[in-house]
Amino acid sequence: MFSLMAHQKIVVTGIGAFTPLGVNATDTWNNLLAGKSGARTIEKDYVAELDLPVTFAAQVVQNPDEILERVEVKRLDPSSQYALIAGREAFADAGSPTVDPGRLAVDWATGIGGIWTLVNAWEDLRQKGPRRVMPMTVPMLMPNGPAAAVGMDLHARAGIRTVVSACASSTESIVNAVEHLRAGYADVIIAGGSEAAVHPLPLASFAAMQALSKRNDDPVRASRPYDVDRDGFVLGEGAAALVLETEEHALARGARIYAEVIGGAVTSDAYHITAPDPEGSAAARAMKTAIEIGGAALTDVVHINAHATSTPVGDIAEYNALKRVFGDHLKNIAVTATKGATGHLLGGAGAIEALFTVMALHTRTVPPTINLDNLDPEIVLDVVTSPRQLPEGSLVAISNSFGFGGHNAVAAFRSYP
Amino acid sequence: MALSTEEVLSGLAELVNDETGIATDTIALDKSFTDDLDIDSISMMTIVVNAEEKFDVKIPDEDVANLKTVGDAVNYIVKAAA
Repeated sequence: MFSLMAHQKIVVTGIGAFTPLGVNATDTWNNLLAGKSGARTIEKDYVAELDLPVTFAAQVVQNPDEILERVEVKRLDPSSQYALIAGREAFADAGSPTVDPGRLAVDWATGIGGIWTLVNAWEDLRQKGPRRVMPMTVPMLMPNGPAAAVGMDLHARAGIRTVVSACASSTESIVNAVEHLRAGYADVIIAGGSEAAVHPLPLASFAAMQALSKRNDDPVRASRPYDVDRDGFVLGEGAAALVLETEEHALARGARIYAEVIGGAVTSDAYHITAPDPEGSAAARAMKTAIEIGGAALTDVVHINAHATSTPVGDIAEYNALKRVFGDHLKNIAVTATKGATGHLLGGAGAIEALFTVMALHTRTVPPTINLDNLDPEIVLDVVTSPRQLPEGSLVAISNSFGFGGHNAVAAFRSYP
Repeated sequence: MALSTEEVLSGLAELVNDETGIATDTIALDKSFTDDLDIDSISMMTIVVNAEEKFDVKIPDEDVANLKTVGDAVNYIVKAAA
């Protein structure tokens, strides 16, 4: 697949974000560097009404109806509203490039799709009957709704594609975008992901499987990747977008280039529906392939934005995979786990973490892992706990995402120039 | 419950505006939903369903196709509510 245009460099020229840390990429990045947390108590009646076991989440900081047109809000599920906000920001940040619609594509992911729409429609059906189920229900709940919202808004006609692979979804979308650009299907692709699942059903479901932190009395300290006292992830929501384009296209229009995407890879554990393979061999292969397919050496890697969700089992499994890939070089790598600050955006996680990895290379600053008071003694990693400067020169970094279903997705980036 | 043409037009205009963002003062009896107001079939069905609730009437699906203009819909609702 890479043979024809493997020489073609793919670069990041625009970023956008709508997250628990900010309403745009700049605020999100700055609050991440400042060590802030996006987690807080959910101020909604449903928490008490349903007696939810987990009463907090990392929630977006502004209501989309203050940003979008009223009709947009009405016709889009929140997962699509977040996507539209981040996608528009990224495209504008890229300089709103003039591109033939037939050469503009979207690779956008979600883990769950329009759960608010789905459950609300079910309530309407049960309480008021089929006539009161809104005709927009299906397009609002479908998992490709966010991709379609972004693509229609930007008139992208080279393909609007969605992958759904749980928490690996939006890294997989970025990997797919790289492949689509290298295959020559488009010149510019908006890649990213969004999730709007801070809803009682996912909260109850994730809590039922003991995946969520139950630190209800201390939300901002609850997500603590690699800490010996971590007790689960914190549900997050939001969206992030990257504008990817061929270097040739970017240079021809004089675009600002944040970083290069050198490669990406997707592998699968085929081991257990939710538990990661403790050996981490498939996850390791995803990392190795992503780096090597981009023409880099494992020893070029200076920074990793880990998947590290703050679950007892998951953080260890990823660590085992890291050891398997990098061996002795692991001690030279500055690792960060930004879910400590953002919570876990599920289908949006890979996109926001890719954005952070791009910004780490662009600004040569690794963002911190917050709430790491006592590093798990079983995890021997150089975890960055306050912003750390990266050296000059050509640097490689990767962003890892792993999802229920045994999905492993890794994107690899290089500083530019 | 009897409703006047003015009441229904005003209420329907609010529903159309709510669904599509079209300014209420451009929604007049002689406007075609499709040709003048560019309302697609999904929005039309949403407006119909909301109108059923708002005016406490039934508008069967087979009748919706006959509601070409705002005036058609207003007259239908006025009759149905009479």
